[in-house]
Amino acid sequence: MLILNCPYCGVDAEETELSAGGEAHLKRYGPGASDEDFHDYLFMRENPKDVHLERWRHSNGCGKWFHAARCTRTLEVFGTYSAQVYEPPQEIKDAISAKRPGWTWRDFS
Amino acid sequence: MSTRLAKQGRLIDRSKQVTFSFNGTTMQGYEGDTLASALLANDQMMVGRSFKYHRPRGVVASGAEEPNALVGLGQGNRFEPNQRATTTELFNGLTAISQNHWPNLDFDIGTVNTHLSRFLPAGFYYKMFIHPKPFWKHVYEPFIRQSAGLGKAPDKDSRDADTYEHFYAFTDVLVIGGGVAGLQAAKAAAQSGAKVLLIEQTAFWGGRAPVDGGTVGGEPVDKFVEQLVSELETMGNVTMRSRCMGAGVYDHGYVLGYERLNDHKPGTQGPRHRLWRIRAKQVVTATGAIERPLSFAGNDVPGVMLASAMRDYVVNWGVTPGQRVVVATNNDDAYRTAITLKQAGVDVVRVVDARATAGPLAEEARQLGIRVDPGKAIAKVKGGKRVKKVQLCNQDGIGGAREEVDCDAVAMSGGWSPVVHLWSHCGGKLIWDDANAHFRPDPKRPPLGATGEGFVVAAGASNGPLALGEVLTDAHAAGKAAAKAAGFKPKNTRAPSGETAEEASMEAVWLMPANAEVQLRMKSWLDFQNDVKVSDVQLAAREGYESVEHTKRYTTLGMATDQGKLSNINGLAILADALDSEIPKVGTTTFRPPYTPISMGSIGGEARGEVFQPIRQTPMHNWHDKNGADWEPVGHWRRTYAYVRPGESVHDAVNREMKNTRENLGLLDASTLGKLIVKGPDAGKFLDMMYTNMMSTLKVGKCRYGLMCSENGFLIDDGVVARVDEDTWLCHTTTGGAERIHAHMEEWLQTEWWDWKVYVANVTEQYAQVAVVGPNARKVLDKLGGMDVSKKALPFMEWRDGKIGDFDCRAYRISFSGELSYEIAVPASKGQAFWDALMQAGQEYGVMPYGTECLHILRAEKGFIMIGDESDGTVIPQDLGLHWALSKKKEDYLGKRAHSRTHMADPERWKLVGLETVDGSVIPDGAYAVGEGVNANGQRNMIGRVTSTYYSANLGKGIAMGLVKHGPDRMGEIIEFPGTDDKIYKAKIVDQVFYDKDGEKQNV
Repeated sequence: MLILNCPYCGVDAEETELSAGGEAHLKRYGPGASDEDFHDYLFMRENPKDVHLERWRHSNGCGKWFHAARCTRTLEVFGTYSAQVYEPPQEIKDAISAKRPGWTWRDFS
Repeated sequence: MSTRLAKQGRLIDRSKQVTFSFNGTTMQGYEGDTLASALLANDQMMVGRSFKYHRPRGVVASGAEEPNALVGLGQGNRFEPNQRATTTELFNGLTAISQNHWPNLDFDIGTVNTHLSRFLPAGFYYKMFIHPKPFWKHVYEPFIRQSAGLGKAPDKDSRDADTYEHFYAFTDVLVIGGGVAGLQAAKAAAQSGAKVLLIEQTAFWGGRAPVDGGTVGGEPVDKFVEQLVSELETMGNVTMRSRCMGAGVYDHGYVLGYERLNDHKPGTQGPRHRLWRIRAKQVVTATGAIERPLSFAGNDVPGVMLASAMRDYVVNWGVTPGQRVVVATNNDDAYRTAITLKQAGVDVVRVVDARATAGPLAEEARQLGIRVDPGKAIAKVKGGKRVKKVQLCNQDGIGGAREEVDCDAVAMSGGWSPVVHLWSHCGGKLIWDDANAHFRPDPKRPPLGATGEGFVVAAGASNGPLALGEVLTDAHAAGKAAAKAAGFKPKNTRAPSGETAEEASMEAVWLMPANAEVQLRMKSWLDFQNDVKVSDVQLAAREGYESVEHTKRYTTLGMATDQGKLSNINGLAILADALDSEIPKVGTTTFRPPYTPISMGSIGGEARGEVFQPIRQTPMHNWHDKNGADWEPVGHWRRTYAYVRPGESVHDAVNREMKNTRENLGLLDASTLGKLIVKGPDAGKFLDMMYTNMMSTLKVGKCRYGLMCSENGFLIDDGVVARVDEDTWLCHTTTGGAERIHAHMEEWLQTEWWDWKVYVANVTEQYAQVAVVGPNARKVLDKLGGMDVSKKALPFMEWRDGKIGDFDCRAYRISFSGELSYEIAVPASKGQAFWDALMQAGQEYGVMPYGTECLHILRAEKGFIMIGDESDGTVIPQDLGLHWALSKKKEDYLGKRAHSRTHMADPERWKLVGLETVDGSVIPDGAYAVGEGVNANGQRNMIGRVTSTYYSANLGKGIAMGLVKHGPDRMGEIIEFPGTDDKIYKAKIVDQVFYDKDGEKQNV
């Protein structure tokens, strides 16, 4: 029963108000993409036992999607941020670095 | 015998007698008794039988850890199995029955299992039931089903008579446990100004301390408790709830509390249980410690009890479980029981202390005339349904040279284990404490919260310290630490000083005697409820079980309803010894919530019956209900399956509606169809991505049928899209799909194309929509007057805004039946009036309402697909012959790339065809078509399946659609569908359009 802060409406929302949406920052591959790229886009997901960047939706609240950076091992939340970015903002990266120096996640670090 | 004492019993009120019954026998107790204390007061030593061997079982503990005294409580709608007698407060009229026996408690057939015990060793389930194979179905499974399950399930026709509720609470500091540690921690936290919630599972405050004795600041500890409780009660920032157990600690400070409001006064107004859903910034677990049994032969005979429990029964309830008691111990605390019994006038025949030396309490016992035997052990308890005598021997040996002592009860103490469950639920780690031979919370590795800092602090005995003075100091510090972590400034106060007799250190004793021979080990119980003995764990180790989690499942140690509260540490010590390892290396099994079982009712809370789930109703719902609606759930909606007239069967009604709609005029309440407004400068571009066909080119005033696929290509929804104006589209979805498709659109808009200027609004409930269908559809609308609905003014697949009769409406000329058809949307508030107007005006044209089954059959006659019938999440539009709806002009849409994956483009995919039975019968729903040959499992190869199958009253025969391998290339072939009724249905592959192939009827 996590609590995440919805960056749109500002509410500290309990997990029952939220829907998990899997991995964040997926790059969409469409027509013209190679079989491998498209396959990876559809199915291959990160499943780290540490820092993870995830999509969440405040489904029983303002209805907006957002991103959360958290630790899957300790349940620590490093921050939540807009879903409308291609990578985590610097302050989120800094917050992760402060707690998990040297972290990496896909192409981010 | 066990009996009520003339004096003592601080929790009972001897002036208030309570009558109850056990197995039909009427008994007397006092207000304040538990069922267990009252049974013992009535000399009811044996209270049930064990699960596997059906051995006689008596009360062994005095609280939540009790494994044996489980009873069926209450009657009829209030019957509940497996209720612990030790935590059941006595009330007038309580009825309890014992469990796990047949025909009765005293004489039980299943006891034969105990004589077969050598054939029922650890893991016997896994060993026995493998061979021979047919035995599983005919012998083993019926046997297991018969003996499986503890207690008796409530009667299937009974319904819980009580109500339950959920309650949300937010607090700075939650203190779990209302013993001295919890009370002191709550006070220390509350003095900082923090909001404190203190919960205690029993009905009284102070925990064990008033029984165990000692002084605080020179005052007796029970006085100290009284003062502390009244002090806390006056603090505005403290809330106290007794009868409220901390059930589980979860992520980010979420805690479940289980409050039993009316269990001790059933039938009282108000909820029986309340589930507290607590969010705490900090949690203090002051959950105390549980005494461990000693493992000696016959330690399961009724009358053998935990030493602390026996003390509780004397001090709290004025009951002694025996007249001649032997005490067996490895620590000083058990001497308190010996002294308490002696002072209550009970004959304490012997204290058997496994250690060579004991502390001052032993001296006190000796001075009272109690014989203390150091270095001794119990070799064996004799007696069947109650203790008759014990055989004593040297602890340091195999159990030879025994001395026999007559007695009728045994008090045992193997040391104390902190209750670390709540600390552990959310990831708190443990360390092994060698001095006290127990696991306790490791303060360096607490459960972590959202900030990455610990959010649970253990206090008092649950943190390791057992002596009153240390407990108070530890709890005081814990309360302050929790307040500080919650953001408050604790007061600079000192813990009150508690004083108790000095104690010599305990010595770990995992087996009594230390090298007990096998005959003794086979009778030394670890898990009393599940019948797991020392020999079983040793056998598991010999057979290669090294992991404690595997051993648990193999032997069922700790898998009973008490979840190993008594057996856990003893069992893993035996395992560690057998593996020649150390206890901390073997580790514990996982502690999982709830701490003790909580009622299903409390989990459901208020969500029950009508309020379990809200039902969505259309504006015409009540009319349908009054006119014979046979209801069908569709998503959260209720829709009319058919309007059944008096004297008709549902099937008759469907057939009548079907014919009438084709021949005259039918009305369908289509209000449940999803209606999404998609608006904005980029709406066309967006819909081109959402739908497989082109929506941006749709002209204002026109409609187009569209398909939606997921990104991996599967068909997810369909519906008619209307272009309302230059930048507005209205998308119809399926009834069940409105919310899902709305969310789907929002997801893509918010997370992929967030720079596109589009809004989506779900307006499903804003409109009532009526399908006016049949050859007379135009006539009835003309009669109502207003909008010109002629073929010229409102052609097929177009829409117009206007007025029909007095009603502002939007009329769509669309058809899901193949008939001349209009779907007319009016504001929801006008829905019923509009429906009434149509029914009235339609009378002369033979109007009848029709339901969803008729709708389904009409569309099947026309070969139209239905999402959920022809599609099931694995079907792509190509499978359904819908290539025409897949745009070739668009560069991209959801699903386009996926459709070119190899499996999607595979010509072997099953394809949609019509199916017509040779004899006109109806193919059963879900039937599969079988082909030549068999698969690897020897089953017939399958070549297709039915997706929709009906009796068509219009055609007078069964019609169906199905997905068939190479189906479209096999027109005219006859294939076989075996039914579950052993018949084989032969069907010809035909075109899926059965009715009006050229569409002449809708094009008028």
